[in-house]
Amino acid sequence: MIPLVGLVVGLLLGRLFGVTAPDWLAPYLPIAVVAALDAVLGGLRARFDHVFDDRVFVVSFIGNVVVAVVIVFLGDRLGVGSQLSTAVVVVLGIRIFANAAAIRRHLFKA
Amino acid sequence: MSSDGTADEAVAGPLQRLWTDVLAPRGWRTDVPVAALALLLGLGFAVSLRTERASDGLAAARPADLVTILSDLTTRDEQLQRGIAQLQEQARALDSGNAGVALETAREREQELAILAGTIGAQGPGVVVTVSDPQGSVDPDVLVDALEELRDAGAEAIDLSGVRIVTSSYVVAGPSGGLDVDGVDVRAPYVLSAIGDPQTLAEALAIPGGVVDAVDAGAGAHAAVAQRGTVRITSLATATTPRYARPEPSASTP
Repeated sequence: MIPLVGLVVGLLLGRLFGVTAPDWLAPYLPIAVVAALDAVLGGLRARFDHVFDDRVFVVSFIGNVVVAVVIVFLGDRLGVGSQLSTAVVVVLGIRIFANAAAIRRHLFKA
Repeated sequence: MSSDGTADEAVAGPLQRLWTDVLAPRGWRTDVPVAALALLLGLGFAVSLRTERASDGLAAARPADLVTILSDLTTRDEQLQRGIAQLQEQARALDSGNAGVALETAREREQELAILAGTIGAQGPGVVVTVSDPQGSVDPDVLVDALEELRDAGAEAIDLSGVRIVTSSYVVAGPSGGLDVDGVDVRAPYVLSAIGDPQTLAEALAIPGGVVDAVDAGAGAHAAVAQRGTVRITSLATATTPRYARPEPSASTP
């Protein structure tokens, strides 16, 4: 419940202050968001599986975001930034779908 | 009615499972760090959305993407430049050549139609028919016959005693002798001027039982046909704007 409140507060803050990402962050923020989304869905799934651990969640959340951003950043340096960001988004997308499917099975038994 | 726990669990709906498994508080030590990360996620999401909407996508684009976009734009620019060159070429061609010819043709056509409509004067070879009728024995229909005969023979412009004859012209008996041509009182001798091939026009009038014969049959009346190298018709008809008829585009000739 409290995490949900946190999410909503974050969304509202982002909307209210009307900040846009600084230029150096702009290319990486969407990737970071997708990575965080993956971690959150993984956490939800863990809760349904009754194996949720807050430390694991925090580490996986931060680790996910950092790895995704670093991969894309390295790709940019190497001149394959757009391809690598596509790769990251595809992999994370597949994981998000898998986690969403597991959550759906838990919720609806189907 | 069974009341054992397994049945309850099976009956529990998705919302209840959502509550017990996910939403139910688990103590501050677990919830607060997770909530902080969730807040970060929400913040990042909102900011990304806003950034994406605020920029035209270029500010956030990576150099490699920018290069692709630039190259696309260059290609498109070249295409458009080629298009401009082609169109300018066309414009020049139209200005100098074909358009000039088309305009000339249109002007000529306008003149031809104006002659047919009687809105401008006309000159050219033709015939002048003088119908002398001192005793008033020539009926209007003889004159109408004469006009039709001239038209059939290809007369392009006709004048009857100073009245330009056009498609809407009429010839009836005048109220006090003479003729009423398009509302104008015309007295004998009637002078018909027609522009066309003089030979053909004269022959058309002179056929046995034709116009000349019909006029000559009247008491004291006589028709004299003179072929002329140049006949001038200066009388004009008033062009009327059709009240009901409108151009039908699909049926017009170019």
